[in-house]
Amino acid sequence: MNAHTGTVRGKERYRSGVMEYKRMGYWEPDYVPKDTDVIALFRVTPQEGVDPIEASAAVAGESSTATWTVVWTDRLTAAEKYRAKCYRVDPVPGSPDSYFAYIAYDLDLFESGSIANLSASIIGNVFGFKPLKALRLEDMRFPVAYVKTFQGPATGIVVERERLDKFGRPLLGATIKPKLGLSGRNYGRVVYEALKGGLDFTKDDENINSQPFMHWRDRFLYCMEAVNRAQAASGEVKGTYLNITAGTMEDMYERAEFAKELGSCIVMIDLVIGYTAIQSMAKWARRNDMILHLHRAGHSTYTRQKSHGVSFRVIAKWMRLAGVDHIHAGTVVGKLEGDPNTTRGYYDVCREDFNPMKLEHGLFFDQSWASLNKMMPVASGGIHAGQMHQLLDLLGEDVVLQFGGGTIGHPMGIAAGAIANRVALEAMILARNEGRDYVHEGPEILARAAETCTPLKAALEVWKDVTFNYQSTDTPDFVPTALETV
Amino acid sequence: MKLTQGCFSFLPDLTDDQITKQVQYCLANGWAVNIEFTDDPHPRNTYWEMWGLPMFDLQDAAGVMMELAECRRVYGDRYIRISGFDSSHGWESVRISFLVNRPPQEAEFELVRQEIGGRAIRYTTVRKPAANASQ
Repeated sequence: MNAHTGTVRGKERYRSGVMEYKRMGYWEPDYVPKDTDVIALFRVTPQEGVDPIEASAAVAGESSTATWTVVWTDRLTAAEKYRAKCYRVDPVPGSPDSYFAYIAYDLDLFESGSIANLSASIIGNVFGFKPLKALRLEDMRFPVAYVKTFQGPATGIVVERERLDKFGRPLLGATIKPKLGLSGRNYGRVVYEALKGGLDFTKDDENINSQPFMHWRDRFLYCMEAVNRAQAASGEVKGTYLNITAGTMEDMYERAEFAKELGSCIVMIDLVIGYTAIQSMAKWARRNDMILHLHRAGHSTYTRQKSHGVSFRVIAKWMRLAGVDHIHAGTVVGKLEGDPNTTRGYYDVCREDFNPMKLEHGLFFDQSWASLNKMMPVASGGIHAGQMHQLLDLLGEDVVLQFGGGTIGHPMGIAAGAIANRVALEAMILARNEGRDYVHEGPEILARAAETCTPLKAALEVWKDVTFNYQSTDTPDFVPTALETV
Repeated sequence: MKLTQGCFSFLPDLTDDQITKQVQYCLANGWAVNIEFTDDPHPRNTYWEMWGLPMFDLQDAAGVMMELAECRRVYGDRYIRISGFDSSHGWESVRISFLVNRPPQEAEFELVRQEIGGRAIRYTTVRKPAANASQ
């Protein structure tokens, strides 16, 4: 279907009136993307009767230079350079009305180091374009030249581990529950019990900011008392993600400064604060030796449905460029959306220096990260100690496992919940490193560890039947290609 | 207090057989193995004393276990840890670290609070003098 449609050139191209996008220079099937081009892959679902090539060319046009009619002022510019070029359109496997459109953008179209500018171009206008029934930004490829204009994660996985002095195992965290209603004093109690028990981190939830039941200064003060008490009681570095999300940047800076003054090693923001605010806080975090945790609050409104929106793998790429250190990236086995292969793709985006194209993980392009720091993925939501072998197998070692309910809901108390999780984790790492088939022997390894750890025994008993087996909505669409055998 | 630094502190102390397997895991990954000891296990004490240089080119964990035995003979009253160091690009840091020896009497810490303005407190973690530490 990738046939020429005959781009109109010269004087005819600029005759006043309306012309098909695919003839205006936005469909160039012979175009070979330059190493310096930004490439976007869209899933295009045209309205009935709209030619998929024309729809894809329109996406290229509306996300770059085009408007609905020919304008003579194009001739005052190097217009051919600035036109985004759709160069390939493929039917989506198993989805007859949708098409994957590959579009290349010249690097000059983007401001260096600005996710706001990048996203305003790529997803700014085009998603409401009437001839499209639906549109999804599936993946992007950034040239090294562009990657290098971003700061990247303020701290990165390696330096985070060095600062915490914790190596060789996933970090353990918990989100304080109930997420709303606790007073600062009671909230700090939960933090203390969880950290003293054996977690590395506790976490504010996304909507804990400064409400009538607990104002932010109170929360920070009690939480830091708890962190320092737990640190002295264990001889280990501890932290709590103090959520500094607020209504204005000025308020956020004030909260961040206070967290620093109290000696916190980590602060937290929500995705809903916006890309520019995230980049500002990433710069602040780099300047102030602070780990920056990002909660992806709100993302499912546009990442979850396959037909329309922005894939989370694109958001993860943007956030690595923007410079956060932690990002929630799914659990696979927990309560929130997460196909195993798609989730694997997100984790690769966070942690690898080079992502090879891997369609089965939803990665459509080779992507070099040019030594930008690595982001620590965070697995949170409906996970418990009994799944430790699966979590380690699916998510690997460089991840924060957050057991909120799985710590605080423990029948013997919060500290016992934390002990159960830590013992389960260490037993599994020990077994894995010894070369045991820990995925299959997992339940046995846990049962064995529970023989000398009553809290783990209780945890395994109370949550033994908890699973969240639902169909994923966001799965990769690809046709496995048979390798040619010689 | 049981100091819970390192990868396996919530498990019963590792036996030599278990330590050997972890060292073999490091070697199989191509990591250099390092033995360090200290009598100051403060959570912010990054630089423990090195027992010789990191062992870069070993094939067999037995070499590390011999060094560990020697280190324990001299510094058995201190904390000793083993770490695996990965020099590959993009990491160039420690990959695993775990305690392999504890002193007969473990360190204990206490919190010193200095009250400053606005209800804020400046915290310092300090070592409890041995006489006051519980057995």
